[in-house]
Amino acid sequence: MINLTINDTPVSVDDNATILQAAAKIGIRIPTLCHFELDCFSIEHRMGSCRICVVEVEGRRNLAPACCTPVTEGMVVKTNTIRAINARRTMLDLILSDHPKECLTCEKNGDCELQNLASEMDLHHVMYEGEMSTYKIDLACNAIVRDLNKCIMCRRCETACNDVQTVGILSGVGRGFDAVVAPAAMMPLNETKCVFCGQCVAACPVGALTEQNNKYQVWQALNQKGKHVIVQTAPAVRVAIGEEFDMAPGSIATGKLVAGLKMLGFDKVFDTDFAADLTIMEETTELIERLTKNENLPILTSCCPGWVKFLEHQFPELVYMPSTAKSPQQMFGAIAKSYYAEKLGKKPEDIICVSVMPCLAKKYEASREEFAPEGVKDVDLVISTRELADMFKEAGIQLEKLEDQQYDNPLGESTGAAIIFGASGGVLEAALRTAADWLTGEDIKEIDFNAVRGLEGIKEATVNVAGTDVKVAVTSGLGNARKVLEKIQKGEAHYHAIEIMACPGGCLNGGGQPYNHGDSDILEKRKEAIYTADSDLPIRKSHENPHIKKLYDEYLEKPGSKLAHKLLHTHYTPRKNW
Amino acid sequence: MSCCDCQGKGQEELNLIEQFPEKREQLEAYIATLDIGDDREKNRGFLIQSLHKAQDIFGYLPLSVQLFVADKLKLHLSEVYGVISFYSYFTDKPVGKYKINVCTGTACFVKGAGSILEEFKRYLNIECGETSRDRKFSLGALRCVGACSLAPVVMVNEKVYGKVSTKMVPDIISECK
Amino acid sequence: MIDSVDKLTQRTADLKGRTQAGTQVLVSMGTCGVAAGAAPVLDALKSEIANRKLENAVKIVETGCMGLCHCEPSIEILSSETGKSFTYGNVKPEDAGKILDNLNDIAAGMSTVERTWYYPELEDNTENKIQARIVLKNSGRINPELLDDYLANDGYSALAKVLTKMQPQDVIDEITASGLRGRGGGGFPTGMKWSFAAAQKSDDKYMICNADEGDPGAFMDRAVLEGDPHAVLEAMAIAGYAIGANHGIIYIRAEYPLAIQRLQIAISQAEKEGLLGDNIFGSGFNFKLELKYGAGAFVCGEETALIHSIEGKRGEPTFKPPFPAVSGLWKKPTIVNNVETYANVPAIIRKGSAWFKKIGTEKSAGTKVFALAGKVKDVGLVEVPMGTKLRDIIFGLGGGIENDKEFKAVQTGGPSGGCIKADKLDTPIDYDNLIALGSMMGSGGMIVMDEDDCMVNVAKFFLEFTLDESCGKCTPCRIGNKRLYEMLEEICEGKGTAQTLEKLRNLSHTIKDTALCGLGQTSPNPVLSTMINFEDEYLAHVQDKSCPAGVCTKLITYEINDNCVGCTLCARNCPVNCISGERKALHVIDQSKCIKCGVCYSACKFHAIDRK
Ligand SMILES: Cc1cc2nc3c(=O)[nH]c(=O)nc-3n(C[C@H](O)[C@H](O)[C@H](O)COP(=O)(O)O)c2cc1C
Ligand code: SF4
Ligand code: SF4
Ligand code: SF4
Ligand code: SF4
Ligand code: SF4
Ligand code: SF4
Ligand code: SF4
Ligand code: SF4
Ligand code: FES
Ligand code: FES
Ligand code: FES
Repeated sequence: MINLTINDTPVSVDDNATILQAAAKIGIRIPTLCHFELDCFSIEHRMGSCRICVVEVEGRRNLAPACCTPVTEGMVVKTNTIRAINARRTMLDLILSDHPKECLTCEKNGDCELQNLASEMDLHHVMYEGEMSTYKIDLACNAIVRDLNKCIMCRRCETACNDVQTVGILSGVGRGFDAVVAPAAMMPLNETKCVFCGQCVAACPVGALTEQNNKYQVWQALNQKGKHVIVQTAPAVRVAIGEEFDMAPGSIATGKLVAGLKMLGFDKVFDTDFAADLTIMEETTELIERLTKNENLPILTSCCPGWVKFLEHQFPELVYMPSTAKSPQQMFGAIAKSYYAEKLGKKPEDIICVSVMPCLAKKYEASREEFAPEGVKDVDLVISTRELADMFKEAGIQLEKLEDQQYDNPLGESTGAAIIFGASGGVLEAALRTAADWLTGEDIKEIDFNAVRGLEGIKEATVNVAGTDVKVAVTSGLGNARKVLEKIQKGEAHYHAIEIMACPGGCLNGGGQPYNHGDSDILEKRKEAIYTADSDLPIRKSHENPHIKKLYDEYLEKPGSKLAHKLLHTHYTPRKNW
Repeated sequence: MSCCDCQGKGQEELNLIEQFPEKREQLEAYIATLDIGDDREKNRGFLIQSLHKAQDIFGYLPLSVQLFVADKLKLHLSEVYGVISFYSYFTDKPVGKYKINVCTGTACFVKGAGSILEEFKRYLNIECGETSRDRKFSLGALRCVGACSLAPVVMVNEKVYGKVSTKMVPDIISECK
Repeated sequence: MIDSVDKLTQRTADLKGRTQAGTQVLVSMGTCGVAAGAAPVLDALKSEIANRKLENAVKIVETGCMGLCHCEPSIEILSSETGKSFTYGNVKPEDAGKILDNLNDIAAGMSTVERTWYYPELEDNTENKIQARIVLKNSGRINPELLDDYLANDGYSALAKVLTKMQPQDVIDEITASGLRGRGGGGFPTGMKWSFAAAQKSDDKYMICNADEGDPGAFMDRAVLEGDPHAVLEAMAIAGYAIGANHGIIYIRAEYPLAIQRLQIAISQAEKEGLLGDNIFGSGFNFKLELKYGAGAFVCGEETALIHSIEGKRGEPTFKPPFPAVSGLWKKPTIVNNVETYANVPAIIRKGSAWFKKIGTEKSAGTKVFALAGKVKDVGLVEVPMGTKLRDIIFGLGGGIENDKEFKAVQTGGPSGGCIKADKLDTPIDYDNLIALGSMMGSGGMIVMDEDDCMVNVAKFFLEFTLDESCGKCTPCRIGNKRLYEMLEEICEGKGTAQTLEKLRNLSHTIKDTALCGLGQTSPNPVLSTMINFEDEYLAHVQDKSCPAGVCTKLITYEINDNCVGCTLCARNCPVNCISGERKALHVIDQSKCIKCGVCYSACKFHAIDRK
C-alpha cells in the first residue's frame, strides 16, 4: 500500500494505482477524456494525451496527468488549484477550438464525453480560435460513419481495433496539427478489412465514430402503404435498452420492448431468438455430423458477422471451418420471406424485415450479396439498440412506463437457449444442450454449462456429452480469436467446437449497445440478466421450441434438409488482407 | 507528409511491384536477409530500414510497395502507412528527377533561406512538397544538412550549393538538365 | 585479433613507434569540408605528390572535421622533423603546388589559420587558447576510417582497463565522480542514469546512442561520428559493461550518410579485431552493436520516441514513468545517451575523474562542443570548457558579427532554447546559467543574430519548426502550438493587439506546464524568451504596426527616393519586374506587384531605396 495526500486528505492505495484511482477512492473525480478502461477485459488505454486530467504534484516542475501518473509514497497532490483548473480549461478550450461545435445536430448529442466535460467545466467561450481540421466524412459503408472533424485524438479506437480486436486497420496518420486516426491511405472503411464490429465506435468518446443511422428509413418503412413491416429483436437488446430510459443496468425489458415496438407501428413484433433456436437446430446437426465422422474439426460458430469477416480477411485458408449455418438474423429474414410470407399469402418483396441488433456488423451482414437470393434481401433494415432507443424517444415512448406485451407468433416463440446467444459462451451452451439430448436420446436435466459462461476472453472446457468428451473453447474479442486460430494453424490446439464472438463479452457488449463509458459493472449486469432470463423461461432447449418443431414439420422437413440448406446455410469467401 | 482527402480513391497509381519485377526481387532479397519471424513486434523492428531500402529502390512508396513490405513483415498495411506518414523522409508520391531541397535550418534561416525557398516556388511554380507536372523537379525544405557554415544551403539531389542567393536560383534550375 | 590486453598494449606501442613519413598533410574531409570543395583539393594534392614522387616523404591523411567551417576546405601540415604545424584555410586545388613547394614553412602567398585550441589530455599549455579538445581530440587529426590511427592514440585502452581492472560499479562510480552530465540537452548526470539501469535485474539490457541530432543548425555529433567514430563505440562498450548490457544500438539520422558510412566501417573493424563481439579482451564480456536509422523526425531525439522508432513504430513519445532505464527498448532496461556524452567517456576512464572534474565549472564539468553559426564572421565547430563566456565564443572564436553589423541576440538550445541578449554575453556558460537566462544548453547549436533579424519572426520560425515536428499526440502541443503560431503570424502581419500578446504569453506558459514530452514542454521557450528580451519589438509590431528590422513583409514597403540616379540596376534585378523608369530618370515601384523581396534594396548603390 502507498500513502499519499490529495487535497490534504490522506489516502492509501495499491502500489500500482494512479492518482486518478486514488482520488476516486476519496470521492474526488478528476475529469478525463482520452483515458479508457474496461477492467472486465483488462483493457487499459492510458495514452496521457488529452491532458484534461492534469493536477499539481508537489515537487514536480510541470503538471501531472492524473490518469497515468503512478502514486508514490508521500506524494502530495492538489487537484483543484487555480493552476490546474486553468490548465484544464485551456486544454478544453484548445480542443474546442479545433472542433465543430455542432452538438445540437450531432449523433452523439446527450451521450458525448466532450459535451459533458464542457458542461461540467462551464466554459463560456473559446478563447484560442484558429484554423480547424477539415476531413471528408466517411459515409461509404453502411455500418459506421467517420467524421474526423470531431476526432479529439484520444486514440481509444486504435486501442480497440488494433490491440483488443487485432483487426489492425486504424493507425495514427500524419503528425502535428494534421495528425489524425485513420485506415491506411485514408481509405474509407469499406475498402479495408474492417469487420464493422463497432468496438471503435463503442470506445469513441465523441461523435467522430458513430453508427450509420437507419432510423429514418425505418420511419419511412413504417409509413409505407401496402407493406407488411415486421421487426425482430436480438437477444442482447432486451437487457440493455432499459439503460437508455434510466432503468438500472441489468433490467430485463423484454415485454416493454415489445410494447414499444408495437406502439411504433410495426405490423408484427418477432424475436430473433426464434431464429437462434433454428440456428441451433442446423448447427448442432452439423456438429454431430462432423463429430461422428470425426472430420473437419473443430467446427466454428458462424452467427457473428464481425468474426466471419475477420476470418475471411485474415485467415482465408480457414474459411472451410465455420458452420455453414447462417446467423439468426439472416435465418429469421429467410424464414420471414419464405415460410411466413407463404402463410400470410404475401410476396416476399411486400414484407419489410427490420432488425434491432446490439451490433453494427449486422448492418453490413444484411447487405451481403449472399443474403439477397433473387434480389430480395432477407433483412431489409438494421438498427442498433441505441437507434431504437432514439426512435422511442422521438415518438415520446417512455419505455420504462409501458405495460409488458408478448411477441407475436409464429416467429416470436423462443427458449432459454436462444436468449443466451447474447452472452459469450451462449451459442455453444445452447448447442451442447441440444447435442446432449440428441446424442443420448434423453431429456438431460443438467443443462447449465458454467465452464463456458463469463466475460473472460478465452474459456476452455471438456464437456462430457453422451459419454464422449467434447473439447470446446469459447472466445470473445477478436484478439482472443486470433490466438486460438493461430494455435489451430500451428496444429497446437485440438478442439471439437469453438464459439467465436467478435465483441469482448459477446453481443451484450456489441458496438450498437448503449455506451458503457468504461463501466465494467454495466456489462456484468447485462450478463447476469441474460442468464436470469434463461433460467426464468419454461423451455430452455432449442429443439423443444414448439414453433420450431412446427416449422420443420410444416415446411423444412428436418435439420439439414435440402430446403433448409437453401434457406438457412451460406458459404464464406476469402478476402484481401488489408 | 500530409494526408490528402482523396480518401484513397482516384489514386489510380501504378502497381510498381508488378511493373518492375527486378526491383521487387531486389527488395525481396534485402528483406530475406532480415531475421523475420512470427513475432510481429520483432518484425516491426525491421520496418523502417525496409522502407528506406524500398524507397531507395523504387524512388517512392506507393500503396503497392507498402503492401508488399507489410506482407513480408507480416504487419498491417495501416501500420506501414502510419509510419510512412509520420516520417518526413518517406513519401508516397512520385518525386521529380531533380529533388531541390532548400535548407531551412536555423543557420540557413537567419541567412535568408526563406526568400530563397520563395524564389524556387515562384520559378518552378510549385509549392514546397510538390513535384512539377513534368516530374522534373520536386521542391522541398529540409532541416540542416550540417553544412551550416555555407548557409544558406540548397541541395539538388546529392549536390550541395552553398552561400546561395536569390539571384542564383535561376542558374541552379537551369543547371539541372 | 586483439583478444587480450597484452596484444592491445603491444599493438599500440608498435603503432606509436612506427616511423612516420616526414610530413603529414591532413585534409579535412567532413561533410562540411566536402561540401565546400575539399575533394578537388585532395585530388590536386595527390597528383602533385605523385608528380613530384613524394609518396614516401609526404603522407596524406583524410581526416574528419577540423572545425574551421569558415575557411573550408582546410588542411593542416604536420612536420615530424620540426614538430611544427601550419593550418591553411580556403585552400584551392591550384594551391597544392605552392604548399608542397615548401613544407617546412608557410607557403608563399598563403596565410595560416591560428590554432585556438589545446588538448587537455596531452598538454597543459592554455595560453591564448579558448578551446579545449577532449571530445574532438581526434577529429581532424586522424583518419577515422583507420582503426590503427585510433589505436595509436590510446584507442580502446579505456575499454581494456574497464574490462580487466574495474568492476561495473567502479565504472559507474568513476563516471559519477567525474561530474559528467548528458550533452544531449537535459544535462542529467550520466553516472546516476547508468546506476538506475545497473540496478535493474533483467536478462537483457540495451545501450543506445542518440545520434539523431535534430536541432537545425547543430552539427556537433555529426562531426564526432565522422571524425572519431571508434571513440563512441568504445564508450558504448564501457557503458554496456557498467550497466550489464550486451546490446548497443546507434540511432542515427538518415541525413548523415557519411557518418553512417564511417560508423559501418568502424563497427566492422572493431568486430574483426574482437574489440566488439564475444568475450572482449578475454574478459567474458560480450557486446554487439548495430545501427538503426532515423527517417526525418526531430521528435525521435526524445528518448521514448527514439525507442519507438527503433521498434518500427511512429516516433511518438510516451509518458514517463516508466523510464527507459526500467522499461525501454523491447521493454528491457535501456539507457539512451548522446554522442558527445559518450565521446567524453574514454578520456575520463584513461585520465580519471579528478582530471575531468577540474575542467569546466563546479556543477558542469568538462567541455561542451558548440556549432557556432549564423551572422558571425568565423562560423565553426568549437569545443570550450564549461564556464567560457558567450562573448569569448562569439567575439573571440567567432570573430564578431559579419559585415560589421550590430549583435542582437544569440540563440542557444535550438527550438527548445531561447534568445540571449547582448547584456548577458558575459555569462559563463553552463547548464544552470543558461536555464536562468531563459534558454538552455540544448545540444549545442549557437546561432548568432544581428540587427537585421526580427525577433518576432525568429520566434515564429522556431514555432513553425515545432509545429512541423510535433508528433501530434497531445493537445497542448498539437493544437496549442498551432494557436501560438497563428498568433505570431497575426503579429507579423500587423493584426496583433495587446490582447494577442497576453494570450500568447498565457498559452505559452500553459503549454510548458501540460505538454507530454520535452518537445512541447520547451517549444514555447523561444516565444517567451523573445517576449521578455525584445518586448519593444513585439510592441512595435502590435502598436506601431511596424517591423523595426524590416523583415515582416506585410509591415514594410520599399519606395524609391530622390537619390535615384536612374541606373536601372534595381529594375533589372527585380524578380517580378515591378520597377519602371527610363535610364537616368527617377524609378518607381509598382506597389501592387512588389513581393517585398528586398532585392532592389540591397542592389541599389545610391541609397535611393527606402524600407519603411
Ligand atoms: C524533442 C527532443 C529532441 C531531442 N533531440 C535530441 C537529439 O537530437 N540528440 C540527443 O542526443 N538528445 C536529444 N534529446 C534529448 C534526449 O531525449 C535524451 O535526453 C538524451 O539523448 C540523453 O542523453 P544524455 O543524457 O547523454 O544527454 C531530445 C529531447 C527532446 C525532448
Ligand atoms: S462530438 Fe460531442 S461535442 Fe462534438 S459536436 Fe458532437 S456532441 Fe457536440
Ligand atoms: S443549452 Fe442553449 S443552445 Fe443548447 S439547446 Fe439549450 S438553449 Fe439551446
Ligand atoms: S469496426 Fe471494428 S474492425 Fe472496424 S475499425 Fe472499428 S474496431 Fe476496427
Ligand atoms: S475517432 Fe474517436 S476514438 Fe478515435 S481518436 Fe478520434 S475521438 Fe478518439
Ligand atoms: S459479437 Fe455480437 S454484437 Fe459483436 S459483432 Fe458479433 S454479432 Fe455483432
Ligand atoms: S509534446 Fe508534442 S511532440 Fe511531445 S508528445 Fe505532445 S504532441 Fe508529441
Ligand atoms: S522588393 Fe523585390 S519585388 Fe519589390 S520592387 Fe524590390 S525587387 Fe521588386
Ligand atoms: S538601383 Fe537605385 S539608383 Fe539605380 S535605378 Fe534603382 S533606385 Fe535608382
Ligand atoms: S485523461 Fe489523462 S491525459 Fe487524457
Ligand atoms: S541550418 Fe542549413 S545546413 Fe545547417
Ligand atoms: S568544418 Fe566541419 S563542421 Fe565545420
